[in-house]
Amino acid sequence: MIIDIERFFTRNRLHWQELEKLLDRLDAGDKPGYAEARRLHYLYERTSADLARLSTFAAESDAGTYLSGLVGRAYAEIYETRRRKARFSPRRWFFREFPRTFRRHIGEFTLAVALTLAGSGFGAFALAIDIDAKHVLMPFPGLEGDPGERVHREETEPNKNLSGHRSTFSAELMTHNMRVSFFTLALGITWGIGSVLMLFYNGVILGAVAFDYVRAGYTTFLLGWLMPHGVIEIPAILVAGQASFVLAGALFGRGDRRPRRERLRKATPAVVTLAGGTAVMLVWAGIVESFISQYHRPVLPYEAKIAFGAVELLLLVAFLGFSGRKDEPQ
Amino acid sequence: VTGRRLTVRTPEGIVFSWPLAGPVSRMLALLIDFVCIGAAFLVLQQGIAILQIVSADWATGIAVILYFVLQIGYGIACEWLWRGQTIGKRVVHIRVIDGEGLRLAPGQVILRNLLRAVDSLPLFYAVGGVSCAVTRHSQRLGDLAANTVVIRHQQAATPELSEALRLRYNSLRQWPHLCARLRQRSTPEEAGAALEAIMRRDEIDAGPRLELFGDLARHFQGKVEFPPEALDGLSSEQYIRDVVQVLFEGSSTARS
Repeated sequence: MIIDIERFFTRNRLHWQELEKLLDRLDAGDKPGYAEARRLHYLYERTSADLARLSTFAAESDAGTYLSGLVGRAYAEIYETRRRKARFSPRRWFFREFPRTFRRHIGEFTLAVALTLAGSGFGAFALAIDIDAKHVLMPFPGLEGDPGERVHREETEPNKNLSGHRSTFSAELMTHNMRVSFFTLALGITWGIGSVLMLFYNGVILGAVAFDYVRAGYTTFLLGWLMPHGVIEIPAILVAGQASFVLAGALFGRGDRRPRRERLRKATPAVVTLAGGTAVMLVWAGIVESFISQYHRPVLPYEAKIAFGAVELLLLVAFLGFSGRKDEPQ
Repeated sequence: VTGRRLTVRTPEGIVFSWPLAGPVSRMLALLIDFVCIGAAFLVLQQGIAILQIVSADWATGIAVILYFVLQIGYGIACEWLWRGQTIGKRVVHIRVIDGEGLRLAPGQVILRNLLRAVDSLPLFYAVGGVSCAVTRHSQRLGDLAANTVVIRHQQAATPELSEALRLRYNSLRQWPHLCARLRQRSTPEEAGAALEAIMRRDEIDAGPRLELFGDLARHFQGKVEFPPEALDGLSSEQYIRDVVQVLFEGSSTARS
């Protein structure tokens, strides 16, 4: 059928323009009232019908593009049924949603912990059988040297290198750790393979460093150095790994017969919440690392630093384990 | 999705589609965004420079954090506030939308931007570019994870019937039975092609324009033969204009 296009345009143009104006207002953030919502629905149905009529007439591309765009925009407004929160509350998110999401995906967190522990075991074992592998296992200038020399330097020339640069150092730590964590999270898209390697490698470095200092007899220094920031920083990276496994789990979809798109759509809020939690934890860890961890005896006794770290760890466990329990859906 | 279009079928059975943006336009938008981030950082740095008076250490620390926040937050903030567009995307007329044609959720915006860490590997968004080129929906990995697509955002004007069709006199209408036969023998595709040619004639160079209307005129003359007096003094283009008027204005009587 060839339609009378002049009459078609003349009769319907006003409705299209009305729909376009209504959609522009919604785009600008206006909330429609009941009457407006009904009008939007009416105009959407009417314009959809016009598009269907015009579709029989394939070559009139300008009008087709125009109507297709209008129908598409109206469709997005009308059929978006995902629950939208009235207002984002950072407090509610941090104290309820984040720990709840963490607990809901405890299996993925356990996997991240297991991989890191396996890496740590491997790092320690590798260094035990080949001490010369230090520069391969932990190729960082601050870690390659002799632990004894470092401890002596830190205790006799406290914070020589950081004097006047603490804030910068703290900022660099935060941003670096967040980049590493977000990268670990993003590697979930490789069906988790990249995340497995990343977490294992982190574990290798951690295990090798720990073994190096313990073997040299500087366990107290190691705990005093790592615990204040490490008890937050390491779990933060593990949470990023947890998020990556949530993403990978949605890709695999084991035992879930829904299409992959649906599974990913469902997993997205959890991944984003865990990413946000990681960021908050790393901000705290960056501040502590720069302003507490880098002070050693005699400025700060190791016992005090270890105690501080232990308290932080207890609080973190309590927070992730119990915060937001009230009214938590099972 | 058919070809490089995202096609959505609504519950009412209506089908609409969006043209998908390719890797080149997306890369162009990305380059513009890089420039914007750099410019924004330079401006902020001027503000931070005042802090140097208080503490150079604080000023540098804040600059490091601001740059990081700009890098990560620019895409998230812009795409959320501008419904899937950044400055670069606005310039090249592309937009991020939900893979089902629905509204973007904040989680989708955040996730697709976080996954830039992988898409940008190993250099110059190679992974994302390859993914864009090979996936059916032109999606980088971030889009796949967040179930988003990037479309070409065409701001089409309200369609108007060309002034060319608002004629006072059409010689073909003197033979209504031949006009009826022309409508009967023409397919919607042929009629659409003729209308398209008339509506876009000013966009065509003189040579190809003559050739196009000559071909179209021969095609339609082959369908129905009008008497010579109906065509007297009509160029090919005028003839096609009359044909289009006959086809699209129904069986109304001849206008004087």
